[in-house]
This record gives sequence, C-alpha cells and structure tokens, in this order.
Amino acid sequence: MPELDATLLARIQFAFTISFHIIFPAITIGLACYLAVLEGLWLKSRQTKYINLYTFWSKIFAVNFGMGVVSGIVMAYQFGTHWRGFSEFAGSITGPLLTYEVLTAFFLEAGFLGVMLFGREKVGERLHFFATCMVALGTVISTFWILASNSWMQTPQGHAIVDGRVVPLDWWAVIFNPSFPYRLAHMCLAAFISTAFLVAGAAAWHLLQCQRQHCSASPEVKTMLSMAMWMALAIVPLQMFVGDMHGLNTLQYQPTKVAAMEAHYSNADGEPTPLILFGWPDSEQQTVHWALEVPALASLILLHDSEQQVPALDEFPRDHWPNVPLVFWSFRLMVGLGLLMLAASLWALWLRRGERLYQQPQFLRLMLWLMPSGLVATLAGWFTTEVGRQPWVVQGLLRTEQAVSAHTAVELSISLLAFVLSYLLIFGLGYFYMWRLIVTGPSHGPSLPTLTQRVATALSQEPSHV
Amino acid sequence: MFDLAVIWFALIVFAILMYIVMDGFDLGVGMLFAMVDDSEQRDRMVNSVAPVWDGNETWLVLGGAGLMGAFPLAYAQVLEALTAPLLVMLLALLVRGVAFEYRFKAPQLSRHWWDKGLFCGSWLATFCQGLVLGAFIQGAAAGQSHWLTPFSLFCGVALTVTYTLLGAVWLIIKMDGALQQRMRQLAHTLLWQLLICMAVVSAWTPLTDERIAARWFGEGHWQWLWPVPVLAAWCALQLRTSLQRDRTYRPFLLALALVVLGFAGLGISLWPYLVPPQLTLWQAAAPASSLRFMLVGAVCILPLVLAYTAWSYYVFRGKTAPGEGYH
Repeated sequence: MPELDATLLARIQFAFTISFHIIFPAITIGLACYLAVLEGLWLKSRQTKYINLYTFWSKIFAVNFGMGVVSGIVMAYQFGTHWRGFSEFAGSITGPLLTYEVLTAFFLEAGFLGVMLFGREKVGERLHFFATCMVALGTVISTFWILASNSWMQTPQGHAIVDGRVVPLDWWAVIFNPSFPYRLAHMCLAAFISTAFLVAGAAAWHLLQCQRQHCSASPEVKTMLSMAMWMALAIVPLQMFVGDMHGLNTLQYQPTKVAAMEAHYSNADGEPTPLILFGWPDSEQQTVHWALEVPALASLILLHDSEQQVPALDEFPRDHWPNVPLVFWSFRLMVGLGLLMLAASLWALWLRRGERLYQQPQFLRLMLWLMPSGLVATLAGWFTTEVGRQPWVVQGLLRTEQAVSAHTAVELSISLLAFVLSYLLIFGLGYFYMWRLIVTGPSHGPSLPTLTQRVATALSQEPSHV
Repeated sequence: MFDLAVIWFALIVFAILMYIVMDGFDLGVGMLFAMVDDSEQRDRMVNSVAPVWDGNETWLVLGGAGLMGAFPLAYAQVLEALTAPLLVMLLALLVRGVAFEYRFKAPQLSRHWWDKGLFCGSWLATFCQGLVLGAFIQGAAAGQSHWLTPFSLFCGVALTVTYTLLGAVWLIIKMDGALQQRMRQLAHTLLWQLLICMAVVSAWTPLTDERIAARWFGEGHWQWLWPVPVLAAWCALQLRTSLQRDRTYRPFLLALALVVLGFAGLGISLWPYLVPPQLTLWQAAAPASSLRFMLVGAVCILPLVLAYTAWSYYVFRGKTAPGEGYH
C-alpha cells in the first residue's frame, strides 16, 4: 500500500519538525517572562545580581529564539507542501488563526527583540524594560492563537461544511472551543515548568562545580536556583490540577483518546474500570500483557465515582482507534516526569531550612538530571494528544490519509532525510552553543573583566539612581 | 460593497513586497560576505541587520499564513506543486538564520564555517525564491510546466542580483569609509546586471505565455501600462546618478522603487490569477466569514506593526559602529 507509506512518512516528517520546533517556543515563552521579571526586579531593587542574570539569560534566549524562528517558518509552509488536503479543507479556519498569530504575536516579538537584545545603550532603561515585556507578551499571545487552532482541530465547533470544505460561522465559538481553555493553561504552565527546570539545572551545574573546586557560590547562581524552585513549587501542583481537568474534558469530547491513554480495551460486566499502571498494550488481541492494575481507580479519577464505567475502546469502531501503545506510554512518561518534578520541588522546599538547598549534592545532581525533564514531559504530552487524535486530523471531520499531499514515498523519504540531517546538525550545534553559554555562567559583581560592555554601561548609571 | 477577495489579494501582495524589500537587503548583506574578507568588517555588516532580520522574515510568515487563510485553495495547490524548491529555501533560511547567532557564539576556530553558512544560506534561499517565482509565473502550480526550467533558473539568478543590490545600498547607509566606497562600486555594477535581468524577464514572460503578451500589448492596454517601464528606467538613471554623487540614502530608496516597479510589472502580467492560468483569486478565496474576520485584524493591527517596526529601525538609525551589538 504505497499511499499508506507516503502518509506515514509525511506524518513522521511533521512529527519530527514540530517536535523540534515546540521545544524552542516552550523555552522562549518561559525565558521571556523570566527575563521580564529579572529586569523588573533590577529596576526596582537595583541589585546587580538581577541585571547580571538578565544579561546571562538573554544570550541564551537569543540563540533559542533564533532557532524557534527558523524552525517555525518551516511549519507555516509545511501545511501546504505536505498537507494539501488539510489546507484546502480547513485553511479557512486555521489560516486566519495563524494570520492573527503573525499579526499580534510574531511581529510584536520580532519588532521588540532587536531593542531588547541590542538596544540597551540606545534607549532609556524604562523603554528597554517595556521592550522586554512586549517580547514576553508576544510569546504568550502566540500561544493563545496556535492553541486555539490546535484545539479546534481536537474539538471543532462553530463551523459548517459546504462543498466538502469548512466554512466558519461563529469565530467566538471556533476560538473558544471546548478543549481550548484547558489546553492553553496546560501548555503555558508546561512552558514555565520547562524553563524553571532548565534554569534550576543550570544553577545546579554551577553549584556542583563550586563544590568540586571548593569555592563559594555567587549570589547570581543561588538566586537562579531559588527563583526556579519557588516557581516549580507553585506551578507543578497547579499543572497537575489543570491536567486532571484537561483529562476530564478529553473524556467528554474525545473518549477514544482517553481509552487509548489508559489502554482500556473493554469493560468487565458490572465492574468499575480499573487503572492500568503499567503493561504492554496489544491492540491485535485487545489486551494488556503483564498489566499491573488498581481496581476501580480509573472510574474514580475520570468520573469521580467508583461505580460507573469509563467508555472502552471496543465501544468504538476499530478504524477509529489511535496507536494504543504509543499513546499509553507517552502519557505515562509525561505523568511520571510530572511526579518526579513534584518530588523535586517538595524536596527543595524541605532543603530551604538552613541554606542546604545550595549544598545538598544529591539534590543538585537530581536537578541536573531533571534539566530537560519539563521539555521531555511537554513533548510526551503533545505525542499523547496528537497521536491520540488519530486517525483524524480534524476530529470527526477529516481523516489523516485524506489530508496528505500527493507526494511519492521516495520524495518524502528524501525530504525527511534532509530535515533529519540538517535539524540534528544545526540544532545539535545550537544546543552545544547554549550549553557553552550556560557553562560560562552569569558574571558576578560589577568589577569582573568578563562583564560585557552593556552591563558596564548599565552599572555606570547606577549611582545616580541609588 | 468592497470586494474582500481583492482587498486580501492586495494585502498579501503588500506582505510579499515588504518581505522582498526588507529580507531582500539582509539576504543581500549575507551574499555580500563573498566580497568582504575582513572579519571585523563582516561583524559590522552582520550587526547592521542583526536587530531587524527576524522582523523582516516575519513578513514571509505573514504572506504564507495570509495566503492560507484568504486563499486556501491557492495556498494548497501552489505549495504542493513547488514543494521541492520551497523546502530547499526553508532549509537555506534555517542555516543563515542560525548563522547570525552562531557566528558570535561559536569558538573562534570554527567561526568561518558560519560565515560560509551565512553566505551559502543567503544565496541558496534567494535563488530558490527566484526559482519559485519563475515557476509560479510559468504556471507550474497548475501543472503547465515543471518547476525547473531555463526561465525559472534565470529568475533565480535575477533575484540574487536584486537582493545583492539591495544589500549593497543598505550598507551604503550603514557603513562608512572604505567599506562604504566598495559598496558604491559594487552597487554600480549590480545595477547594470539588474537592468539586464529585468529586460530579459520582461521580454521572456510575454514570449512564454500569450495571455501575458495580450495583457501588455493587447488593444488599449499599452496606453495605461507604459508608465511602469518608463518609471523603472527613470529610477535606474537616478540611482546611477546618486551613486556617482556619493549620496547616502537616495540609492536605497531608488533601489526599493525599482524593485517595487519590477514587482508591479509581474503583478500586471499575472492579474487576476493566483494559480496561473487555472484559478483566479475569486475562485481560490476563502468564505467571506474568514476574509472579514482576518480583515478586522489586519486593519487594526498592521498600522501598529508598521509603527513599531519603524520605531525599531529609528532606534538603530545611522552608521553601525565597529564593535557595536553584543558578542
């Protein structure tokens, strides 16, 4: 079946390019907001550690932002080059939403980014702070529109189908579709958590390095860790609450996806649905091998009721099922990392008594390991929701094989190979450079020669304000 | 009642034009790397566009997104047909986009690789854009021709000349001393090359397609259309004079005008087709509810976008000093 092969290759290419893309905006959103907070704190308190941290993280932000821009342009064109059927069918809804994203977010980010990164000597510091805030605002607005578009594909409403194409009738209903508020909150928090653990991991590396060399840690590094762990403590539990609500919403509108997430093939007569913790789902035999289950727990979590049954996969047509093992395991990866991050946040709170937060080596090593955990969990979550929507591109309206462009498997293999090679090389190097910047660390105090010219100027203005 | 499809056609043409003139000069700066060996001067060249390049590139995203929203059928058909050159263009833009950042972050020894990446990426992206444009004019999206033809290849070359000229006149504004003088000389040569390219494309397009010939030379058309080539010739003359008289800003503005006129010429040839010669803009248009919703956003937000973009250029006005920017 050559058509199927081509569709699968097109899907792999889209999954690959968007997975690479999403990790950049996730950090951009979090870091932009973090930078705005740092600059605000600097303007308010005039403590040099804040401006040193700002300078340090803005360099990493610049590399990350550049990678996000270029990988994003690929996405804007891939809808047409590889998904002609989708663009013809739903372009009248996803196109305008994407246009709003460009107009309200991308221009805002790009327009103020120049001033934010290069303009500290050219504009006053309040105007510079305003530019940082506009970049941060742009990243959040961008999340709004792209998630409105994605959520509409998951839970479409507010449209009619005329001549085999979507016609928007009520834009308010299109944008504020049933899954949108949950997905937006879930993704924004995911971006903040990813950034918090990136920042904390960077701090942990420097603290461990300090211990090895028996030097004392700079206030910059300590502030980094402390701010990141307060943030994690506040939002990781919140994320779990939002995630639970998102799951309930999915059960209501996309029950097949939830059944796949739980590898829930069938219900036993009259018994509440158990929760399968681990096991190997087998869609051929419609069973989970080596399943470890907790009786009635799925009913309790998803329906908040220990009597009722959660809809099972065998209640839906076989050709409406997604790839169950993939959805099952990516969901478990996300939840598992979430629990680990919760544990780390609580441990950090416990260690705050008596400055142990900056010294406890096991904790610091754990934080170093957890540095990419937020990003991995974000990707796992997206795999759960996107693969879980299959076989649909637009839930219930357009199947994936109807959406794909008419390229041959050979053409798609060549373009996939080109993307894989160039992304691995370019973004691999990008991460190498980011790591080099992280290892260099924030400059400490106003007198070090490593201070950049910009900071020197910023600091030379300091006495007049104190 | 306004014709929403025509308004959106005009807005997308505007976005593409903004992209061509704005990203045109920063891609041109990348291509001019081949002409400048000194690493300090290269730093200055990059720093002259570093604060604005991703804003410039955003117009390309607006063009793509706007086309998808306003004319989904044309977006789907054109992009599918031109997948190969578009993907090469995207990968080339990827390389040169990260090269802006990486060349300052890379270790000294490997830095020259990113200079090469910046040049090659800029050149290849420009060439592919010209190729896409040529294939589009020839009707490759409608299956009328392959995307790889002598004409599309020539358009690729023509666009590299165009962008390099824009880069050179931009650097006349931002640089001083020997580098500025060098750019004046280069701009002079590039202007002649561009005029040859424009003449060849102008002669070649009516020959490839009877409809385009009829558009220009058909009954009663020429009397309305003659100002386009005449104005272009006038701009070229003025540009030559302004280069000889060592003017700073005028060459840039005149080169922009020249590019806009060339673009207008293409628009006249193709109107009203979005997938020539198959789909007109009315046939490809999205439902009125989509066009109306998008128009509200464009009318309210585009003036703001233009205002703060202008402000950003104003902040970084004047010469780019050596060592300016961050490293």
